[in-house]
Amino acid sequence: MKWRAATVACMAGFAFAFAAPARGEPLVWDLSSDLVAITTGFAGTEVLLFGAVDEPGDVVVIVRGPERPAVLHRKSRVLGIWVNAATMTFERVPSFYAVTSSRNLDLVADRRVRARHEMGVEYLRLDLPPAKASPNLALEWRNGLVRNFARSGLYPHGVGRVTFLGDRLFHTRIKLPANVPTGIYQVQVFSLRGGRVVSGVTRSLTVSKIGTEADIFDFAYRHSALYGLIAIALALMAGWLAHMAFRKA
Amino acid sequence: MQIYLPIAEMSVNVFLLLGMGGMVGFLSGLFGVGGGFLMTPLLIFIGVPPAVAVGTEANQIVASSVSGVLAHWRRGNVDIKMGLVLLVGGIAGSTIGVVVFVFLRELGQIDLVISLSYVAFLGTIGTLMLYESLRAMRRRKAATGQRRKLHQHTWVHGLPLKMRFRRSKLYISALMPLAVGFVVGVLAAIMGVGGGFVMVPAMIYLLGMPTSVVIGTSLFQIIFVTANVTFLQAYANQTVDVVLALLLLSGAVIGAQFGAKAGARLRGEQLRGLLALMVLAVCGKLFFDLLTTPIDLYSLGIAR
Repeated sequence: MKWRAATVACMAGFAFAFAAPARGEPLVWDLSSDLVAITTGFAGTEVLLFGAVDEPGDVVVIVRGPERPAVLHRKSRVLGIWVNAATMTFERVPSFYAVTSSRNLDLVADRRVRARHEMGVEYLRLDLPPAKASPNLALEWRNGLVRNFARSGLYPHGVGRVTFLGDRLFHTRIKLPANVPTGIYQVQVFSLRGGRVVSGVTRSLTVSKIGTEADIFDFAYRHSALYGLIAIALALMAGWLAHMAFRKA
Repeated sequence: MQIYLPIAEMSVNVFLLLGMGGMVGFLSGLFGVGGGFLMTPLLIFIGVPPAVAVGTEANQIVASSVSGVLAHWRRGNVDIKMGLVLLVGGIAGSTIGVVVFVFLRELGQIDLVISLSYVAFLGTIGTLMLYESLRAMRRRKAATGQRRKLHQHTWVHGLPLKMRFRRSKLYISALMPLAVGFVVGVLAAIMGVGGGFVMVPAMIYLLGMPTSVVIGTSLFQIIFVTANVTFLQAYANQTVDVVLALLLLSGAVIGAQFGAKAGARLRGEQLRGLLALMVLAVCGKLFFDLLTTPIDLYSLGIAR
């Protein structure tokens, strides 16, 4: 309900502010916040995306986390035990990938268009160096990678909904899970008509640890030795306190 | 209530962590063991990356060993000289263990090695303990009053570099405790355990130390070995999560008090028999996981 109220408020303000200029612009949109702060109580969050198109059509929103290399192991059976037997490195893998669309993606655009804009996880370009794997083997590795990311919630299953209010105004929610990686995200919004992309606008969204968590993390990486010593000191103190607290009992 | 763990980079329910700490603390108080061999697999089970589980558990064991050793210290049950010799081996062993850990982690084999070490050690020790406690129970029924020799002379006593350990009433080669300390140090680094469950039997059966000083001395040296592991894991791998360690610790401290009270009601061989069954259960679970076909043949590794 809170979301509904917020949505309506945002949409109302937005419609009012952009109603006139929207005639000239094929696509305008904004986020309820362009910073996602990971704090102590962080358990995942939602970011509201709202906007307007100048003529009725479809809208597809793609959210991509910062690209990183990913190492993938493949297990096989050695002496009855499952062992990581082969390893491949994908050089550039988005650490998060989610799509929302106003209609089923198959109805929105054909394969060619979807492949060009990487609409849908099956069109994500995750290529292994061709020297390292034959095409059908590479596909198996690629699917393995996608399955792993999907299982950890970083490539959410299925396609979320972009909801239209009338012909022009739309909104959707970007759901970020609790284990969302930090960094600069790319949010791409495409406006499509008759299966063709008429307009696309990309903007960034920052996901960052804020407060104590961020400080601890930074400290652990920047002053590793001191962090280790403090961890030991804390443990020694805690142990001593525990002994004192229960000595009488 | 969720809390975000800064190093593990995941959000976990606070009460789950306190509960796990409490439960493992209860068992460790009941059986007089550190509980690392239960906590590390449990942490991995709830989704903490194995490397973080091992590093953080070492940190937690520092605290639980300190609170344990203080009680033994006051009763004079710590053989400091023996502890220091074990420690020299332990520091060397744990340092090499961390280096091996880093190497295996980059190869993508660390999870396998952690599981295999657990299966091998828990399996062996669980079986020996179960056998020994069953025999003790049977002997108690038979009630024969045979007296054991103070200690037997074996090949161990022929080794050079002999040292006198007054508290333990021993005159043995320093090489033995050095070797025991070294092996336990390697285990502490790779398995995220204090190693008490290997150290204690080794002290009794290999070194021939009197039972009264065994627990105190083992705790004494575990503090330093796990502190060394904590430092090296934090320094080399950044895998020590202090928030996680403190939460587990708070639960464990309270659980251990109740465990110790419950333990006082049971007989020694019954306790050892129960502990053996628990050790074998953990071992069986890990072994089963190695044999069953994984849900997905593919798994993510650590990117450099």
